Amino acid sequence: MNQPTHRSNRILLPARAWFVTLTLLLALFANLMPLGRLPGVPDWVALVLTFWCIHQPLRVGMGSGFILGLAMDVVDASIMGQHALAYVLLTFVAGGLSRRILWFPLWQQAAHVLMMLLGVQIVMTATRMLGGAEFPGVLWFLSSFVATALWHPLTYLLLLPQYRPVERDDNRPI
Amino acid sequence: MGHGPPPFFKRGPAPLARLAFFSALSITLLVADLRFHTLEWTRLLLATVAWPMQRVAQMPVEGAEGAGQYFASLVSLQRENSGLRTRNLATAHQLLRQEHLEQENHRLRALLDMKDRQPAEGRVAEILYAARDPFSRRVIIDKGLQHKVAAGQAVIDDLGVIGQVTRVFPLTAEITLLTDKDQAIPVQVQRNGLRAVAAGAGAGGMELRFLAANAEILVGDVLVTSGLDGIYLPGLPVARIANIDRDNSFAFARIRCEPIAGVERYGHVMVLGDRLVAPQPEEPAAQHEAPTKGRKVRKAIR
Repeated sequence: MNQPTHRSNRILLPARAWFVTLTLLLALFANLMPLGRLPGVPDWVALVLTFWCIHQPLRVGMGSGFILGLAMDVVDASIMGQHALAYVLLTFVAGGLSRRILWFPLWQQAAHVLMMLLGVQIVMTATRMLGGAEFPGVLWFLSSFVATALWHPLTYLLLLPQYRPVERDDNRPI
Repeated sequence: MGHGPPPFFKRGPAPLARLAFFSALSITLLVADLRFHTLEWTRLLLATVAWPMQRVAQMPVEGAEGAGQYFASLVSLQRENSGLRTRNLATAHQLLRQEHLEQENHRLRALLDMKDRQPAEGRVAEILYAARDPFSRRVIIDKGLQHKVAAGQAVIDDLGVIGQVTRVFPLTAEITLLTDKDQAIPVQVQRNGLRAVAAGAGAGGMELRFLAANAEILVGDVLVTSGLDGIYLPGLPVARIANIDRDNSFAFARIRCEPIAGVERYGHVMVLGDRLVAPQPEEPAAQHEAPTKGRKVRKAIR
């Protein structure tokens, strides 16, 4: 009996750098869709960034968070640095907690992620309201909950390229 | 965060150091943009680079809208058509006499030796989408620097003012709507000419600021632009008073108003051209005495 780890049920292939970049760019692209003020549209960049920070903390970190945040600030027509600051804090927390979070089952991971995404929104609200903007309404925070609900399917979707076919081999030690 | 990396794995600076660096950078950017507005050129450059990507991202949404319109029933289109025709007829007499009235106005102003009113001119643009930023009320239109749209120009729709161009990109421009909290517009009450400043109040409404609690204003009054700012042409409808709360414990009345134009609806708008403003009269040259006066006052206070 081998020692249980969070990956003991399935041995994953290493993540490919181009796939990580591609998914982050796709998330940015999804955020560019002009859906206006529809409540409950998740912040895809924050969600995918959290995912990779938890699963690949050495590859995706605060630098990526900062650059994606700047990109979001430009396309979002918000104040420069608003998303950047929030995403840097998000990547710091997600990277720091990554070893711990992966031990939990998926729904408990989602609870962690909910706290982080709400933190992002609270940081952004605080920065903007210090700058004199209006409160966006409670419904805006709904997007974090929607994003959290997507954590389970997203995990399977983004880990799909790393799964390899299960080979039954009785002679293999692990 | 409790585990430092062993020294033989090179991982760059510690997480806390990186956090401090990037947060400081972000906060610097925030302050530079919020307080000093120095990042507009960077934003212009980055937005131009991001434009093709943004355009592609809009395509699915536009496609869905197009499909929706394609299947819109014939009945609703016919109803809209007849409604428009009725409205056209209703305003026809005004339009027909407009030319005559403008001529008459021109002659009268010439008689009185007053400066002519500037004729309104502008270019039609379409609202592409509302900016995603939930903290402000902004929309993006499909005309930009290439079409000679400039920051500061007023934007109207068929009913009245909807806002002002605040940022211009090569092919698009950003309009801050009247309902944005940072957007103010000088107005006057159409009924009696009382001047005031209307500002956005969020949640799709506006408010009249700094009007005395006993100001002569009634629910239902129409506010039009006063033209004192040199940006908006005078006489454009802005808002209608929705309710007035005259509480004597405050110096000012709380006056809520609803925008007349379809500020939160989307469709076609018109960007008005730059307004030509008469040069300001020069300040009287009484500056030599000012410093000595100040000194005297200070001495007097001591």
